[in-house]
Amino acid sequence: MNRLFLSAIFALSFFFMQPAAMAADIEINTPAISAIKNSMQARHNQLAPHYTSGAVGLTRDGLIAVRDAKAVPLKDRQSVNTLVAAENKDRNALYKEIAVANQNPQWESDIRNTFAQRWVEKAKAGWWYQTASGWVQK
Amino acid sequence: MKQHLPATLLALSLASILSACVTINIYFPAAAAEKAADRLIDEVWQVKERTDTPEPAATESETK
Repeated sequence: MNRLFLSAIFALSFFFMQPAAMAADIEINTPAISAIKNSMQARHNQLAPHYTSGAVGLTRDGLIAVRDAKAVPLKDRQSVNTLVAAENKDRNALYKEIAVANQNPQWESDIRNTFAQRWVEKAKAGWWYQTASGWVQK
Repeated sequence: MKQHLPATLLALSLASILSACVTINIYFPAAAAEKAADRLIDEVWQVKERTDTPEPAATESETK
């Protein structure tokens, strides 16, 4: 009887451990996420000079924004706007896809907040990022 | 009665492990998300490939 009770508890514990083991890691290796990642990677070479010049900065919500259009030559301003819009579309899709890939769509805003912090953390010196009190240069 | 003590202890410890597991499953795994974000950002920004910014000193390559 005792044995039966113990084995029942063990079986139950493994049943509950399964989702815990899955939740311990965040899945980012799905085809959808890789596609977004490649698209952002290809765009980065075009965006990097604008991060450096301060024309474009990292926002608090994990996106990017034109913060100083005057830092861009007039003829290039439209293309910067297009780049920023495309990048933000990818970033929004990325946060959503990661949440969905991890079976928790409600995590989207947590993932967005995590990324917002990590983009800033990994930004190069001189790049601009947004805080509660405004734009700050790293 | 004495025989039941280890079993009770085991059941209690398993119960605490169970509740810990359920907690992990409900709450957002912030540390794992941070690691995943770092991996992805490194790839998008190609942080590993160029550690410093090799600023091209002369940008007058517009030969026209």
